[in-house]
Amino acid sequence: MSEQMGLKAKLGLDVFKHDKEPHIKIRPGMEKDARLKKAILVCPAGLYSENAQGEVEFTIDGCLECGTCRIACGIEVLEWNYPNSGCGVQFRFG
Amino acid sequence: MEKDFDVIVVGGGLSGLSAAYTMADAGLEVLLLERGDYSGAKNVTGGRLYMNPVRDMFPDLWKKAPLERYIAHEEVSIMDKERSITVRYDGSELAQEPYQSYSILRGKFDKNFAKMTEKKGVSIVTKSRVDDLIIENGKVEGVRAGGEELTSNMVIACDGVLSLLAEKAGLRKPGVAKDHAVGFKEIIELDRTVIEDRFNLEGDEGAARLYMGEVTRGKFGGGFLYTNKESISLGIVVGIKDLTEEPFVQAPDLLDAFKQRPEVACLIKGGQTSEYSAHVIPEGGYNSFSKLYGEGILIAGDAAGFSMNIGVTVRGMEYAMATGYYAAQAAIKAKEADNYSAAGLAVYEKLLNDSFVMKDFKNFKDAPHALDNPRFFNRYPQLAGDVMRDLYEMPNGPKARIYPTIMKYIKFSEVFAFLKDFGGVRKI
Repeated sequence: MSEQMGLKAKLGLDVFKHDKEPHIKIRPGMEKDARLKKAILVCPAGLYSENAQGEVEFTIDGCLECGTCRIACGIEVLEWNYPNSGCGVQFRFG
Repeated sequence: MEKDFDVIVVGGGLSGLSAAYTMADAGLEVLLLERGDYSGAKNVTGGRLYMNPVRDMFPDLWKKAPLERYIAHEEVSIMDKERSITVRYDGSELAQEPYQSYSILRGKFDKNFAKMTEKKGVSIVTKSRVDDLIIENGKVEGVRAGGEELTSNMVIACDGVLSLLAEKAGLRKPGVAKDHAVGFKEIIELDRTVIEDRFNLEGDEGAARLYMGEVTRGKFGGGFLYTNKESISLGIVVGIKDLTEEPFVQAPDLLDAFKQRPEVACLIKGGQTSEYSAHVIPEGGYNSFSKLYGEGILIAGDAAGFSMNIGVTVRGMEYAMATGYYAAQAAIKAKEADNYSAAGLAVYEKLLNDSFVMKDFKNFKDAPHALDNPRFFNRYPQLAGDVMRDLYEMPNGPKARIYPTIMKYIKFSEVFAFLKDFGGVRKI
């Protein structure tokens, strides 16, 4: 069996253009909200995780802009917009 | 006041391009805004495009369209933990022109479609995210993008499944988990000849394979595989609500496990993954639709929820193209009548009602409910596997009679659930 490629390595294959600010933000005070924890399960890029304090942490690097977190968690816990013009992932195959 | 454009189309995916292309043919002045570097940059398909519903709407589009392979071999596999059962459908019927479906890659297909749309006279501006609608006296009069105001008689929102514009226009609320699935896939590059040998393909023939059951841990959804010219699209589609429920699994792990299944590993062996992508799919169907038009605005494609999962076929792109086409027809009529109000644009819904689009969605309105049943993805794959094992297994000693062996798996109480489940399927 061939070695499984990690998620980070997979995302490293994609073309991303840097944005000056993250287009998704956890709303202040919502880090421990139960709705936000769903993002850990649903994000296809695995960008959400829980730290030792039980808070959900998030990194924008590798975001595929699918919107799954917005749908699973809701806009009460996530401030969600698309990246600025010409920024973010640029699929070559799609 | 004189407007900058007749129509501004937001989003350069399939519905937006289809709308712009069609309006340009009728001589409308159209601006299309796309937030990516090029059309297709933000788009993902499984995927395949079914040609019959849309072929005649865009007669000039197909000749040079970068289609990958025409699908001449269909397979569906029911997967249990350590076994799978596959049904194949192929033969000369599927290998006859005009071919009914092609695998495509959006990065190539949409880019070419945009080029052809531009040739028709549409102004396409890429790297342009629309931030807001200009609304005056309750009517959409244009958009704000990158600090600029662009005015038009009307806007067609083709801004994808989340459609932030339809939300801003008050035509829909944010999408909910039960009406949406997420798809994620890898493009795995392989030599053309390797693909053709592995899948028994002649020339430009292609194969499509769907997998259900253990591949999503019994959750609503499945795995898919499509052969492209020199790559394989391999991925998972799974209901977002199901993903947040037990048994808990992180979405990316499903794809990794899928790739490790011996039934799949042998097909992608030696391949190089070259891209990983994800996209949300609206799967709520007819019962989840929100308003399709308002004062000075129409919604088309994924933005309006036009995608359908009826088990072995999952379709979105034809509906995106067709709704873009009909939105354009509505815009053309609105211009003729110089009436861009909701009343003037209501013809869009009528056009859709008279077309295959709404007829399909009405016909299959119970499909999401009938299929959203864990037994289809969990219990029945296991049952089917047990039956196959008993048919094929030769024990050390006498082999039991087959019928009683099979019947022992089905508890009396389950017969009713069984009848109910397949009664539900009759609605599809």
